[in-house]
Amino acid sequence: MSTLHAQPESVARQGLMERLHGWAITVDHKRLGIMYILSGLVFFVVAGLEATAMRMQLIRPLNDFLTPQGFNQMFTMHGTTMVFLVGMPVLLGFGNFLIPLMIGARDMAFPRLNAFGFWLFLFGGALLYFSWLGGDGLYGAGGAPDVGWFAYSPLTSKTFSRGNSTDYWILGIMVSGFGSMTTAINFLATILCMRCPGMTLMRLPLMAWMMLVVAVLVITAIPVLTAAQVMLLLDRSLGAHFFDPQQEGSAVLWQHLFWFFGHPEVYILILPAFGFLSEIVPVFSRKVIFGYPLMVAATVAIAFISLGVWVHHMFVVGLPPWMNALFAASTFLISVPTGIKIFNWLGTMWGGRIRFETPMLFCTGFLAMFLIGGLTGIMLAVVPFTTQLSDSYFVVGHFHYVLFGGTVFGIFAAIFYWYPKATGRMLDERLGKWAFWILLIGFNVVFLPMHFSGLLGMPRRIYTYQPDRGWEIWNLITTLGVPIQILGVALIVWNMVRSLGKGRVAGDDPWDAWTLEWATSSPPPEWNFDRIPTVTSARPLWDRKNPHDPDEEQP
Amino acid sequence: MALAGSGVSSASEPMVCAPGSGPLPLVRPEVFQPSSPPADEVASMAWLVLGICAGIFVVVELLLIVSIVKFRRREGDRGDPQQVFGSNPIELAWTVVPLMIVFTLGLVTIRVIRDIDRTAPPDGALEVVAIGHQWWWEYRYLDPAVPGGELVVANELHVPVGRPIWLRLESADVIHSWWVPPLAGKTDLVPNRTNHMWFQADQPGLFLGQCAEYCGNQHAGMLLRVYAQPQVAFEAWMASQSTPPVEDATVSMGRDVFQELACASCHAVRGLSVGAFAPDLTHLMSRDTIASGMLPLTRENLRAWIDDPQTLKPGCNMPSLKLSPSELDAVTDYLMTLR
Repeated sequence: MSTLHAQPESVARQGLMERLHGWAITVDHKRLGIMYILSGLVFFVVAGLEATAMRMQLIRPLNDFLTPQGFNQMFTMHGTTMVFLVGMPVLLGFGNFLIPLMIGARDMAFPRLNAFGFWLFLFGGALLYFSWLGGDGLYGAGGAPDVGWFAYSPLTSKTFSRGNSTDYWILGIMVSGFGSMTTAINFLATILCMRCPGMTLMRLPLMAWMMLVVAVLVITAIPVLTAAQVMLLLDRSLGAHFFDPQQEGSAVLWQHLFWFFGHPEVYILILPAFGFLSEIVPVFSRKVIFGYPLMVAATVAIAFISLGVWVHHMFVVGLPPWMNALFAASTFLISVPTGIKIFNWLGTMWGGRIRFETPMLFCTGFLAMFLIGGLTGIMLAVVPFTTQLSDSYFVVGHFHYVLFGGTVFGIFAAIFYWYPKATGRMLDERLGKWAFWILLIGFNVVFLPMHFSGLLGMPRRIYTYQPDRGWEIWNLITTLGVPIQILGVALIVWNMVRSLGKGRVAGDDPWDAWTLEWATSSPPPEWNFDRIPTVTSARPLWDRKNPHDPDEEQP
Repeated sequence: MALAGSGVSSASEPMVCAPGSGPLPLVRPEVFQPSSPPADEVASMAWLVLGICAGIFVVVELLLIVSIVKFRRREGDRGDPQQVFGSNPIELAWTVVPLMIVFTLGLVTIRVIRDIDRTAPPDGALEVVAIGHQWWWEYRYLDPAVPGGELVVANELHVPVGRPIWLRLESADVIHSWWVPPLAGKTDLVPNRTNHMWFQADQPGLFLGQCAEYCGNQHAGMLLRVYAQPQVAFEAWMASQSTPPVEDATVSMGRDVFQELACASCHAVRGLSVGAFAPDLTHLMSRDTIASGMLPLTRENLRAWIDDPQTLKPGCNMPSLKLSPSELDAVTDYLMTLR
């Protein structure tokens, strides 16, 4: 590795092309992590614009802002982008940046595989978006995919989806999926084999624990999606009939395969955010995490159970009652370890001296909002209730409370917490607090009314609605919340850009934290640690700062 | 959808006259206004579930607020608080109590599944086949009065009040979902698979709903209308639907256009054409709406629809046949006689 070139002083003297070239060829886990996060944030803005277009269409009944197909493309691209090109890369990016630093390693186990995974993800995303230009293909029909992010067969067959748009969806996601799998393998190898001396698994920072579990879920779930996508590609291009009901294929088979991936995917998207909270809440409460072993056990339990709940996405498909009952039971069960985590974070805050700086504000927002998503999730596990709620706006409200109120708030908390480590500069606190409150309000204005429109019978994925159904007011409120959200996100982006040059210099350990990433400089040198540290507890920096009261001594 | 600018009125009137009965009150698709036993049962258990979840919500948010208020760092706080690594009894409590709550919810769920999920039709049920098409609904009633023994109608389902309806759900193309919230929860219509659901309207009404599974371009244009009528009115409707179509010599030109151009290859008019890809038109004028509930059935709307369906329902499978104005008038006049 060309180590000395990356010294800050010499970087400043390099030309722009040289610096870009340096980023393009890098195998440094920190740079790759930052590139993952930044590309994810770019896709986040794109997906947000797609959502904005949808909300403008739905602001009043029988609106004609978008064509039906245009609207269908918007929700397909919004969902696909948010899951595969925002959630996964941003979270895996944080894993990439943090894992070696947290476990006291110099890099990932396979640095070049790591770079390979990043570029696969980026090219997969580019391929998906190229569909706007290339999807027309020979048929002259197409454009961007319009089959929904779960792409139910037989709507995806050549009969009902002409042109090449669905093929772009398959290939784009498949390519970025290979990237995710390589990254997961890398996480596993790194966490299992490269921990610094003294770091037993039960001294692993919880964020690394969650990433370990996420990696297991990724290599369990993504291959099933990839296999299903290959089958669909064979159906579409080579005349196979896996999902073609006209030829004794099965439309329901796709749903089983997709959701066998799709439900663990939800936990792939939320567990890293749980990891962020498990690092940030203790530091800002000034208390050690409450019940570390139970947190680990709950994480493993969530992962295990999440592999056996997928049919709760299929409660209205007409499966036998016993099967619905069985999967309702497993779904109820998964709420228990999730609840344990919430209680353990509360237990950490209880009796603390909580500093409400921006990272902690976002964590608190996470707790308040994710709880709502979790409780509506319990309602959705009640099969008979779900026959009413499924595919309605209630579900859209539910999963945005989980994925926006949960995952995205967790990501913002992580950005504010680790930005100083990545750049050496603090984000602006005042802008951060404004952004938090604006986002919290905007988020609720947008997504709370969706529960009501759902209960009033509004199905999701409709490009327009009739004026006689009593949905106008809720849709209007939802759309009016959008500009508030945009303002909040814009403030964060502005903060990130501005603080890069003008932010207060952070120093090594601005939050007075306890894990190893704060033991090195900000930003860390390419080799992370001058000397590989040795640890004796889960909070090595606590031990160093409180030599009279190290964690080891606790009963 | 350029409905506003196209001079075509939309299908929204508070009261609707169903043929053979007085005006039926319009029932909005609300989950918590059940009007049928399975919807009733779901709504009452939903209140229980909402209650339990609201309880958990209040407890946890209160704990959060108390922690925020009570344990925030204050001026003059120095040093770190006591480090508490965990507590087995407390952690056991917040594992076991949620377990007990979800165990209870699980039992309730299983009981209600058993009550409403039927594998055989309820006693005395009227059986109707519902077939989902991109983007309209077909219904088939067993009826010995009709040649072939099956009465085929489109988009507007008529049922008697107070009698269980056993819907046999099938799909002609992709997956759809039949959802009229006040009558029952939804069930998907899956190609090459037969599903069933049942409901029983407790009171007369025009129940609104729509397709709930994304099925392509016009998923939003697949509206459901269920006319629950008193038994007598329902029987009168069945009898009128069973009659052969009206033969009216004054509109023979329009009938010829219908038969000679592509119309007849998709649309059936009993005794005249057998097309099965599009709604049966034998008694078209007995309906309140066209385009699967999107437009009220008026002469003006009907003519505009035949002229250019793609502007009214973009992406739908009916092509514009580029008829001349005189042909358009003739076909419209002919269809207007199909009472």
